[in-house]
Amino acid sequence: MSNAVDTRGAASAGGAAAGFEPRITAFVCNWCTYTGADLAGTSRLHMASNVRIIRLPCTGRIDPLFIIKAFERGADGVIVSGCHPADCHYTSGNYHARRRFAVFHDIMGFIGVEPGRMTFSWVSASEGAKWRDVVDEAVANVRALGPFTAYRALAPDAGATEGAGVAAPAGEAEAS
Amino acid sequence: MSRIGVFVCHCGENIARTVDCAAVAEALKDHPGVAVAEDYKYMCSDPGQALVKKAIEENHLTGVVVAACSPHMHEKTFRRACDQAGLNKFMCEMANVREHCSWIHEDRKEATDKAIDITRTIVEKVKHNRPLETISIPVTKRALVIGGGIAGIQAALDIADGGHEVVLIEKEASIGGHMSQLSETFPTLDCSQCILTPRMVEAYQHPNIKLHTWSEVEKVEGYIGNFEVTIRKKARSVNEDLCNGCGDCQAACPAKKIPSEFEAGLGKRTAIYVPFPQAVPNIPVLDRENCTLFKGRRKGLAKDACGKCKETCLKDAIDYDTEDTFVTEAVGAIVVATGFKLYDIGRDQPEGLKGYGEYGYGEVPDVIDGLQFERLASASGPTEGAILRPSDGTEPKTVVFVHCVGSRDPEKGMEYCSKICCMYNAKHTMLYKHKVHDGRAVAFYMDIRAGGKGYDEFSRRAIEEDGAEYIRGRVSRIFRDGDKVKVWGFDTLSDEQVVIDADMVVLATAIRPQDGIRELAQKLSVSTDEHGFINEAHPKLRPVETNTAGVFVAGACQAPRDIPEAVAMASATGAKVLGLFSADELEREPAVAVVDESTCIGCMRCELVCPYGAIEQREICTVDGHVCGHTAYVNPGVCQGCGTCQAVCLSKSVELQTFTDEQVYSEINALSMWE
Repeated sequence: MSNAVDTRGAASAGGAAAGFEPRITAFVCNWCTYTGADLAGTSRLHMASNVRIIRLPCTGRIDPLFIIKAFERGADGVIVSGCHPADCHYTSGNYHARRRFAVFHDIMGFIGVEPGRMTFSWVSASEGAKWRDVVDEAVANVRALGPFTAYRALAPDAGATEGAGVAAPAGEAEAS
Repeated sequence: MSRIGVFVCHCGENIARTVDCAAVAEALKDHPGVAVAEDYKYMCSDPGQALVKKAIEENHLTGVVVAACSPHMHEKTFRRACDQAGLNKFMCEMANVREHCSWIHEDRKEATDKAIDITRTIVEKVKHNRPLETISIPVTKRALVIGGGIAGIQAALDIADGGHEVVLIEKEASIGGHMSQLSETFPTLDCSQCILTPRMVEAYQHPNIKLHTWSEVEKVEGYIGNFEVTIRKKARSVNEDLCNGCGDCQAACPAKKIPSEFEAGLGKRTAIYVPFPQAVPNIPVLDRENCTLFKGRRKGLAKDACGKCKETCLKDAIDYDTEDTFVTEAVGAIVVATGFKLYDIGRDQPEGLKGYGEYGYGEVPDVIDGLQFERLASASGPTEGAILRPSDGTEPKTVVFVHCVGSRDPEKGMEYCSKICCMYNAKHTMLYKHKVHDGRAVAFYMDIRAGGKGYDEFSRRAIEEDGAEYIRGRVSRIFRDGDKVKVWGFDTLSDEQVVIDADMVVLATAIRPQDGIRELAQKLSVSTDEHGFINEAHPKLRPVETNTAGVFVAGACQAPRDIPEAVAMASATGAKVLGLFSADELEREPAVAVVDESTCIGCMRCELVCPYGAIEQREICTVDGHVCGHTAYVNPGVCQGCGTCQAVCLSKSVELQTFTDEQVYSEINALSMWE
């Protein structure tokens, strides 16, 4: 396992190769979307299994660098989802997030990520079905775009030993 | 080096049906930093928890990951188990492999692979968890109640009876609120004043209640258990300690033609006045806007134009030169009970609202609103209880009552139901018929909403016993036609136009929040809905709490409420406040932001985005006391842990404990190990 090699480079050589399964990281808030995803579970709504959720207290907590880092570490797509405007558990965190991501969306081309790889949405705690739709749609979009390979060369350690990835906390590296 | 225990739960069949739990445990065994990985049928059961505790003790675990259900379900359970086994409970996290995995996927391999990913991600996070201690905050056991209507009075009495001091503030000269203006109350038709005034007096005389009337909230600082509230005591011009409420000043005042707010404009008052005879406290205020002396002063007259009240006052209680004063009160909890106002249906409307110009309110004197009818029907009102129309003082023989004026009308800006109007309209038709036996009461309604104990029976009684005529339909126009008030309506059941030559029309206008509610909400850091009603923390499970800890809400400032509901909410806030005051210190989770003062540059971007005002600037001084820089400081009592500050921090100096950058980046990095 310590010698695990990312095999996606090979896959991407063939373009949107058959058998390509998108890897999508979702940053969601604890109160609305995470709970909405819980509801999708309790309602047994079946959906694509390509999404991995990272729970945060609020979309306001999401640093755009998280998204860049996810792409750098090999995600093919990213979802950001939180409480609807005016419903934020923390009153206004989602408004800060909305502004931040409006700007972030504009620089995606500049950083070499197709906008179709990013999904921003609002999913409330009562919208289990909407969460399923967001997931399925994001997976379909990213599947159509094929694997994300633009950062492969930039991140030689991507997909290297798991210990190495963790030992150098990326957050601090990003910050400096 | 981390020694993490991974515990994979089958949840009976719930997880095990689609996830190979043994395979998950097996895969995690080899993960760096994992000391032990086990699976078990029901991890949350007693033997399951015992298994976790035993593993902690035997393997000297530094962290625990339970791969099971959502953290919203059992995080508390397993954190408690860890705590009992001697592991700091914040070193325990849940990997959600049920709601987010086994329940939403069918393919066993896909689900198992995903469960392994999810669990690994959380293991990487836990490696960077830090032991934290719950935060203790001291509690000032005094409460502030804003608003002296029935809700505020009830809340104040409940808290005061519970043995704690209460500061009750009211912006008007007397407590009592709208309830004091009502004639009778539904569904019992008992006299409103008869049941209210004893409570007003009780609140006034209660040794634990400190009353500030003619006062408003100026500023609120602090946080749950530790608020500091500045109260503006508006200049009353009457010394409350000296005044004995004799009323001589009112009799002497020459300005007698001022429309009385208490009488909803149907009666007159003097410039120095007590709003109504049963006012509490029975101490007048001087309305400087309408006072001859102050009018003269504003014109710049060298000599005071009047002074009759001061000359008359035997107690020498009147002082024309008082100014607004400010008092500061330290309290631990705040109850907001500012109540409602009626939708002003005239042509002049604030932004977002449209009036009902077509109903002639404010132009035809015999078109009145529900509160004005209350005053007409009240034994203490301007007509002493006789139903007489405002224009000529004659007894109206046909009265039309119009439901839903503004309410349930998105066109006018209010899509909500005002809730109390169906009931008070039924009451009004009854009161009218009881007083004018040969009169005709006609009500135009959309639906009759009479949900409540004894409510439907009451509204049926109005129709069946007292003979009120109910027409389902709307009114399109109301206008003066000679001596009559012409009402054009439509009966939607018979599909016919209806024209009524009425003598008086009563409009059931919508319930709106009080003016200034948004400014008050801002001072309290609570949110309001689009209409200005205060948002409760949860519409079902936390109906009297707000999103700001320590601030509670009661009565019609939260949504249209009738008296029983307002009182029930008020007592609920009382219970919440007494619960808060039951301990000397209050404990809360340490999910708060912390500033690293050694790297913070004091730019205060965090302060700008903090929804709670939890961040303040602190001075950094040299040893000899010179200010050499600034840093941010997060008050752990106020911080609610959203982390918005962390995302905007340029120097990465503020960190939300439990969701640090290290933790989140470790999770992101862990995900790139997919196979």
